[in-house]
Amino acid sequence: MPQQVDSSTLGMWVFLLTEIMFFGGMFGAYTIYRVMYPGAFASTSKYMEPVLGGINTAVLICSSLTMALAVRYAQIGNRKLIRIFLILTMIFGVAFIGVKFSEYYLHWKEHLVPWMGFQYPEHPEFFRQAQILFCFYFFMTGFHALHMFVGLGLMTWLVIRNEKIRFNEEYYTPVEIIGLYWHFVDIVWIFLFPLLYLIGANK
Amino acid sequence: MNHKVLPVRTYVLIWAILICATFTTLGVAFIDLGPWNIVVALMIAFTKMSLVVLYFMHVKQTSTLTRLFVVAGFFFLGILIFLAMTDYGTRTWLPAGKMW
Amino acid sequence: MSTTTAVQADTPISYLNATTGWKSWLFTTDHKRIAILYLISITAFFALGGIFATLMRLELTTPQGDLFTSDTYNKLFTMHGIVMVFFFLIPSIPATLGNFLIPMMVGARDLAFPRVNLLSWYLYIFGGVFALMSIVMGGVDTGWTFYTPYSSTYSNSFVMLALVGVFIAGFSSILTGLNFIVTVHKMRAPGMTWGRLPLFVWSMYATSLIQVLGTPVVAITLALVGLERLFHVGIFDPAIGGDPILFQHMFWFYSHPAVYIMILPGMGVISEVVACYSRKRPFGYSFIAGSSLAIAVLGFLVWGHHMFVTGQSMYASMVFSILSFLVAVPSAIKVFNWTATMYKGSVAYNTPMLYAFGFIGLFTIGGLTGLMLATLAVDVHVTDTYFVVAHFHYVMVGGMVFAYLGGLHFWWPKITGRMYPEAWARFAALVTFVGFNLTFGPQFLLGYLGMPRRYHAYSPEFQPLNVLSSAGASILAVGYAIPFIYLLWSLRYGEKAGANPWGAKGLEWEAASPPPTFNFDHTPLVTEEAYEYAPEKEVHVG
Repeated sequence: MPQQVDSSTLGMWVFLLTEIMFFGGMFGAYTIYRVMYPGAFASTSKYMEPVLGGINTAVLICSSLTMALAVRYAQIGNRKLIRIFLILTMIFGVAFIGVKFSEYYLHWKEHLVPWMGFQYPEHPEFFRQAQILFCFYFFMTGFHALHMFVGLGLMTWLVIRNEKIRFNEEYYTPVEIIGLYWHFVDIVWIFLFPLLYLIGANK
Repeated sequence: MNHKVLPVRTYVLIWAILICATFTTLGVAFIDLGPWNIVVALMIAFTKMSLVVLYFMHVKQTSTLTRLFVVAGFFFLGILIFLAMTDYGTRTWLPAGKMW
Repeated sequence: MSTTTAVQADTPISYLNATTGWKSWLFTTDHKRIAILYLISITAFFALGGIFATLMRLELTTPQGDLFTSDTYNKLFTMHGIVMVFFFLIPSIPATLGNFLIPMMVGARDLAFPRVNLLSWYLYIFGGVFALMSIVMGGVDTGWTFYTPYSSTYSNSFVMLALVGVFIAGFSSILTGLNFIVTVHKMRAPGMTWGRLPLFVWSMYATSLIQVLGTPVVAITLALVGLERLFHVGIFDPAIGGDPILFQHMFWFYSHPAVYIMILPGMGVISEVVACYSRKRPFGYSFIAGSSLAIAVLGFLVWGHHMFVTGQSMYASMVFSILSFLVAVPSAIKVFNWTATMYKGSVAYNTPMLYAFGFIGLFTIGGLTGLMLATLAVDVHVTDTYFVVAHFHYVMVGGMVFAYLGGLHFWWPKITGRMYPEAWARFAALVTFVGFNLTFGPQFLLGYLGMPRRYHAYSPEFQPLNVLSSAGASILAVGYAIPFIYLLWSLRYGEKAGANPWGAKGLEWEAASPPPTFNFDHTPLVTEEAYEYAPEKEVHVG
């Protein structure tokens, strides 16, 4: 019923608003420290892999496309294509997480994980502040990854649901609102990528 | 919200623009533009976000109300950062006594 | 599941008896039942917070720290703050009166997301369990403000448990706000335009906006403190170049608007009560509605006034000071409008109105002292003294709690189908008023004279005022106990109430007392403006 669709969509947008403020709090804190310690933050860029980050960004953008198409096919009621695009979205999502965790592993091997034997031999003068940046790196990407896991869980539920009920123009609300959630997770990464990976990449 | 069904072509086009923008961000990052690097990167990020919001999230087709909520989130986030920066940005200024 | 019990012929079916059994209550999605669940749990937390306050006031009757060690006292004021702020004040009116009334006031059968509403209550309880665990295991001593690096690094108390409790309770608050926003936008009955909404709904809408925008920021802030405690590295630790003031910026970005989450619903209640007992449409309806939104927005611009002496830049402090003056304007507009509503109205002195009078006077005092605190130079003298403590208790207790009690009495017949005993209620209101002023009035003087807050011992010359304050607290406790007793008593022995015992306007008064589960038999059609009181027809409501 249209009023319920409207309500659910508005409800999801209000929830996304809270997520903007949640992540935004961290972005705000990051911004402040970056302004306070520009040198330290720039020195960390050599330990980031912009190309890996770029690939991950592309992977998420692809997953957004497949998600948007899944919603589109839900709108016109094509169960098979909904299934295909949802599963493709999930595959991209898992790929992203795979790359992310391999990056975490590399950082751990290079002693860049703040609570596990952090070392910063090349710029000892930035040792303290670089720890702050890496805290942000792990916290922000960590919370982002957590949201991706939730998204994957929601999509699993949706794939199962798609087999049981018929989505069409009358009713495709769950697909739409889970789509909104997934796009939001993509948008967070769209900002995380330049802020965390690309500072000082040219130095 | 019963949106008009967008053609597949539209979605693929937006996707292509987003991918190009990603490569552009990556490329520009390796050129030294001084303080403008971050400005350019953020501008590209905002553009990408707008495309996702307007087309993938169908905000172009939704009511003003939804758009208002989206804008509100960024507005208040802006307040957090801006007013906190009035502190951090001015801590090193000399006291006002010098002026009057 | 549960069956309808055989009710006597003269007991109508209402939301209270439509289904029975504990499962029908704990798995309910009826907004009215959820409101009752909240009412019970909130009262319990209020009592707990009150016990901590009692212990503090006992300690403070003598200048020496003889009842408790300073560590224990630190835990007492911390737990008093955490329980009262996060588990009583923030949810109180929204989760009880808001949940109960908003669907009825807009003419709907329930909120937009009834199951999310139930989830909100469970999250509140779940968060409360963590907070209780932190108390039982030995307490937290950081202050309810969790300032770093003490909370993130040095405190040995049970900070994590408390943080987790507050974090979870925050989601309860967010979901409630989300539910209210969508309900007000999408579930209004035909003819219920924005301009016809009761002012209580306007204030609840504004409150919900704050909940949705602000709470996530304190959530991430507390999460970061928790991570710092857990992994021993974080972003607020000065040893690695972190800034403890950043914590305060992020914390107060929520916690200042949080106080408007607390007071706006109270203001909504007062608008309803004053209109009813003056038999008049509120003066300047659109100004009262607009000022609610203005408070919500402006409230986000002033948080730095909690940080004037922390090392924040003086220029930022000046900006925050001016903005804090600005936020007083919409509150003042409301006070003028309520007063103007009473002017040439047909005023009755029922209990809810007595609490409303108390609110208007005490909130004005609290608000004016807030302006004193917003004045940068004055704040440097009185910050972290009892002046601040008195200020916020005047607005929170003299304001919010009075509004809560007034609203509870006003809608008691609707919620329970019973009248409370008017004479006892008026007496209790008076006792509460006297007890409150005796408790917190002297604290203004104490603060100005220099007694610091959060200290278990003080200089002997402050003793007389402290004794006065503690004596007042005992009277205040009596003032709270009396309604607790007679309201419970009324559930069984109170006079049965009709649908509209006060002759008030509003859709909620058109349903039975207590209402049936789905509120209305048919979707209401709203054809008249709000508050269409006819001044000529004097209805005796005493």
